[in-house]
Amino acid sequence: MSKEFETVIGLEVHVELKTSSKIFCSCSNEFGAKPNTNVCPICSGFPGMLPVLNEQVVDYAIKSGLALNCEIADYCKFDRKNYFYPDLPKAYQISQYDLPICKTGYLDIEVNNEKKRIGITRAHLEEDAGKLVHQGTISSTTFSLVDLNRSGVPLLEIVSEPDLRSAQEARAYMEKLRSLLLFAGVSDCKMEEGSLRCDANVSVRPYGQEELGTRAEIKNLNSFKAMEKAIEYEVRRQIEAIEDGEEIIQETRTWEEERQITRSMRSKEEAHDYRYFPEPDLPPLRISREWVERILQSMPEMPEKARERLMKAYGLSEYDANLLTLTPDYLAFFDGCTLYYKDGKTISNWMMGELNKLLNQHNMDIAECKITPAALVDMLKLIDEGRISGKMAKDVFEAMFETGADAEQIIKEKGMEQISDEAALGAIIQEVIDKNPGAVEDYHNGKKKATGYLVGQVMQATRGQANPSLVNKILSQKLNQK
Amino acid sequence: MALSIQEVQHVALLARLNLRKDEEEKYAEQLGSILQYADKLNELDTEGVEPLDHILPVFNVFREDKVNPGPAREEILANAPLVEEGQYKVPKII
Repeated sequence: MSKEFETVIGLEVHVELKTSSKIFCSCSNEFGAKPNTNVCPICSGFPGMLPVLNEQVVDYAIKSGLALNCEIADYCKFDRKNYFYPDLPKAYQISQYDLPICKTGYLDIEVNNEKKRIGITRAHLEEDAGKLVHQGTISSTTFSLVDLNRSGVPLLEIVSEPDLRSAQEARAYMEKLRSLLLFAGVSDCKMEEGSLRCDANVSVRPYGQEELGTRAEIKNLNSFKAMEKAIEYEVRRQIEAIEDGEEIIQETRTWEEERQITRSMRSKEEAHDYRYFPEPDLPPLRISREWVERILQSMPEMPEKARERLMKAYGLSEYDANLLTLTPDYLAFFDGCTLYYKDGKTISNWMMGELNKLLNQHNMDIAECKITPAALVDMLKLIDEGRISGKMAKDVFEAMFETGADAEQIIKEKGMEQISDEAALGAIIQEVIDKNPGAVEDYHNGKKKATGYLVGQVMQATRGQANPSLVNKILSQKLNQK
Repeated sequence: MALSIQEVQHVALLARLNLRKDEEEKYAEQLGSILQYADKLNELDTEGVEPLDHILPVFNVFREDKVNPGPAREEILANAPLVEEGQYKVPKII
């Protein structure tokens, strides 16, 4: 990539708030229902219907704003954004124009060990539109179908400053934003279900130039990976166009996953004219400082605080503490373990190692995992007691992961228990010594390697279940008795 | 304050109205006189008057976050000109 151009990115993120009901009516806000089963005259845009604001939506917006270090407006209102589209039954979207509920915040990211603060311009509330389903292939279809279940789902649109300088930074911003919103408990942030959506404004400019280049807005970024790839492609495209003497036009482009390119959606010859005006059906909001304080008091521990706590209390590295505080589910699992087990480093190692490995293999979330914190701790205690070796524990853990059974049950069923009974081991070791006079002789002739062979024979006889340090101890006692 | 033909065409486009040439001229004149009438408000001295976002002195009207299912799908879709698979059927949109 050209070294003469600087990339400038700003992100617009839509987050679905996880209320029970929609923003302006009492229809359910569940995902995945049959088409048009969560609809009513209000969210279907029937004439004469009046919206009434869901109070929980405001609570969640304030919570999000606080999580993102924003100022919470003491006065705000809703506005109508007018445009025609079949998924928008009223032909206007209720949104917030000049007085958003949250503004001027920031979040901190870290890329290549460098910390950077990214500004958040604003966050405003709005209603989602319905969903359009095309029949057959796009070229052969003659009709589209409209499902209004999503119409009226509460959204918070979070707009960043153009502070991001690479696809990598954009990804770090999205991951941090997701983490903060998950901790605040305002959304389930599932990109694949559309509860976290992102549009990227991308431009390039020669290094040292103050003025921003002309930007393209990229839509249809359905995963972190798609976002990164789309931005990288778009930056390349713009730099090549400029170097070829072309002019960048301001436009909306869509990411085509199959072809791995961005494609122009429509030219903006008719600039958007949304004719915003204040929504007469909704009275404005006055948000008292007491209200904000109440929400602040109800905020859970946020990831940065939790990270410091883990590093201090358990001596974890910043790296481990970062990973453990990526989502509230991870942190809850770790904290759950520490209730019964003091060694945080060991817990962290198992979570970052075996647990993560298995979760990734099965493409699962920690919340879906069958192993409970208490079950992991029980297994760790079995290792400490010498009943299973660390190596055996990995197999036990995998069986726990698959069946949800506890460690005790698994080692019984599979006969995996480590043999730490000195008398029992003594008998087995004696048998091995008796059967291998040659190796014993080698040992006495100074060939220390022979010990390894004898230990191996003991392990074979016990199917790997002998406690290795005990075997070494007893074996050398017995050999030196002779 | 007459409205230009271009302005009428722009508003017609936004409203998805297909106007004939004579209609454009007629609306330029009619809309112009309506705007002129409303423009009278600008003659008022509004120095020190706070902008009004809502005509009623009412704030913070909320409903509780409780689900109350709407009418049956068939009832909601009853007025749709075309329905397929429980959805509104509209001309192809890409």
